[in-house]
Amino acid sequence: MDFSDTPAEAKFRAEARAWLDANATPKAHPNQTWASVLEDKSRDNIVRLCKAFQIKRYEDGWACLNWPTEYGGRGLSAIERVIYGQEEGRYIVPRGVVEIGQGMAGPILMKYATEQQKARYLPPMAKGEEIWCQIFSESAAGSDLAGLRMGAVQDGDEWIFNGEKIWTSGAHYSDFGIIVVRTDPDVAKHKGLTFFFIDMKSTGISIEPIRQISGSSHFNTVRFEDVRVPDSQRLGAVGEGWKVALATLMNERVSVGEAPGPDFEQIFALARTVDLDDRPAIENQAVRSRLAQWYCETAGLKNTRMRSVSALSKGETPGPENAIAKLVSARKAQEIARFGSDLMDQCGIVSDQELVPGDGRFQQSYLQSPAMRIAGGTDEILRNIIAERVLGLPQDPRADKGLTFREIPSGNKATEG
Amino acid sequence: MNFDFSEEQHLLRDQARGFLDSQGGARCARDMLDGDDGAADALWREIAKLGWMGTAIPEEYGGAGAGGLELCVLAEELGRALAPTAFSTSAYLAAPLLLLAGSDGQKREFLPRLATGEIAATLAVSEGPGNATAKNVGLSARNGQLNGEKYPVSDGGRADLALVLSAEAGGTFYIVRLDGPGVAVTAIASLDPSRPQCKVSFRDAPGERLGQPGQAWDLLRRVYDQAAVLFAFEQVGGAQVALDQACDYARDRFAFGRAIGSYQGVKHKLADMYVAATLAKSNCYYAAWALGNDAPELPLAAATARVSAIKAFDLCASENIQVHGGMGCTWETDCHLYYRRARSLAVNIGGNLVWEEKLLRALEAREEEAA
Repeated sequence: MDFSDTPAEAKFRAEARAWLDANATPKAHPNQTWASVLEDKSRDNIVRLCKAFQIKRYEDGWACLNWPTEYGGRGLSAIERVIYGQEEGRYIVPRGVVEIGQGMAGPILMKYATEQQKARYLPPMAKGEEIWCQIFSESAAGSDLAGLRMGAVQDGDEWIFNGEKIWTSGAHYSDFGIIVVRTDPDVAKHKGLTFFFIDMKSTGISIEPIRQISGSSHFNTVRFEDVRVPDSQRLGAVGEGWKVALATLMNERVSVGEAPGPDFEQIFALARTVDLDDRPAIENQAVRSRLAQWYCETAGLKNTRMRSVSALSKGETPGPENAIAKLVSARKAQEIARFGSDLMDQCGIVSDQELVPGDGRFQQSYLQSPAMRIAGGTDEILRNIIAERVLGLPQDPRADKGLTFREIPSGNKATEG
Repeated sequence: MNFDFSEEQHLLRDQARGFLDSQGGARCARDMLDGDDGAADALWREIAKLGWMGTAIPEEYGGAGAGGLELCVLAEELGRALAPTAFSTSAYLAAPLLLLAGSDGQKREFLPRLATGEIAATLAVSEGPGNATAKNVGLSARNGQLNGEKYPVSDGGRADLALVLSAEAGGTFYIVRLDGPGVAVTAIASLDPSRPQCKVSFRDAPGERLGQPGQAWDLLRRVYDQAAVLFAFEQVGGAQVALDQACDYARDRFAFGRAIGSYQGVKHKLADMYVAATLAKSNCYYAAWALGNDAPELPLAAATARVSAIKAFDLCASENIQVHGGMGCTWETDCHLYYRRARSLAVNIGGNLVWEEKLLRALEAREEEAA
């Protein structure tokens, strides 16, 4: 066992660090976030800063490291991407605008688009000049994504889209989107889907932000009214959209990663700060026990990630066991938020950041963490994935087997929203 | 980087697994439950022949002089096979304590014989329910004569020596020959008969001091930090097998016309077991690194591995029974062997509450150092 880099890895790490030193500010402490130092937190400013940093990355050769050079990458392997990510994690860096395009849309274009399309769309995506979003879910099709209803009908060499999609991050500042729609309701549900990319400025698209329980709006509803999409923007064959979507979702689970918000170090610090019965809360045995368990989970995830990185370093492919990172961290984030509130006793409900420790982030996380247990695969879906793909257990019998999409029972929630 | 065992260590794992399978695997533990020690005796002799006892004992004392990592590999395999052997008391506890505290003469006298398996040794610390502390350990040592009683003492029946924690000077170890005068070793009933427990009474029993007077608790803490890593590997090995058994059963057993593993109520339970076992295993890997490199992170890494491994084995062993339903509660099915071993490994060097507290203290020490 040995945590040191190979000579080639060490050289690459030094280059990455040198570039980051010249172009970013090191974090004051390991848990410092970009958001916490950002003065103007408006969406426009966030998009502007993310794009500006991405252009700098691109021009100096640090964007999309594992992409082929002709599309704006450097043709490097997964381990170099991980090393760059580890180094970048030590700096304050704008994040959250280009990732969906580069993480999900890019790989799909590389696999399914024509050479001209790749040459046209991938370099601006790598550069951060054009932003992409992902338009998959519907109000009645989340975990059961293949049950989506929004339809498209072919009209010559165009398709006409009508319907509504939901949970699209960044739809209002995106230039393009990847989308999966139903093109045939009279075959089995997985067989009637087709995958496209679309121009978000197309006539007939309207975007409305969704207000979440935290009060903020990270997601949107996207409505389509007779939107015309050229057949040349189809990715994969007609009826093969599910296969394309599945490949994208695998990328999503890797890119969603661990839940943000207060984690072990923050709750540990809080327990040393606030009093319980006139003594620091950390002296209370019940508090100590909870802290120990969260530390074990936090360390367990970190060490599991190290084992994956080690496998990458040896040229092996880490398996779907990475699904545990989001499953464990999202539940832990919610528990820690709730416990942080408990430690503040009656102030546990106060979200005025001037009045409570941690700038109100525990209270904020109490409202944000429920979404983390749902986005990118619910706790329940992730458990299914672990049980079926890692442990080899049989799938649930399905009520929609052998039926065409039209015949599948949909309950009364399918038409709501 | 290579956050994994080396090629040679993986080879050792394959050999160990093959060997333990050839000895009958969990059947040896079952025999002991049924009162037949024959297979366990044979296992002990074979393990000694393979030289496992001397794995981490330095060459100058007759051992192989390998590092802690090799011992981690063996521990995981012994845990998988539920090996009913006194290996751990000698190799994880007694030999390291002799190495740490023994005089040169003591090391020369005992370590080579421990390395070959000619003798076995154990630790005698606890004096009854509750965690042993400087306040409740009362066994006296005066003029080299010990008086008092220790229980439970693991493998007291097989061991030739006990390293006994006395109250002298606030805590002092003594080496006592268990077949010597004034010593009575009595077997006591335990939840896991495959890891036998004894009561040992000392009446003017002669002992030879080990280490400095008053040093025992500090020595014990250091030995436990190392041993916690190894026991955590045994626990992770056991947890993995319990999980595998539960998955196999859930695939094959049908109810209401389908495999029970297709019900989310069952498969989500199995996924949670997998998560606990994976987190524990990853924490064990980090602790193995700390052990192998004698790193200052060892106390925190060991406590983290220990707490995660207790949780993982407890969960996997109990839910394995649950998945097996009524059959899981029978003597005939192996589930209870893992359920029993999960308990004996969970408390043998201090239980979850004690190790959670050690973990927090290690974190607080880290904070103080940073400040």
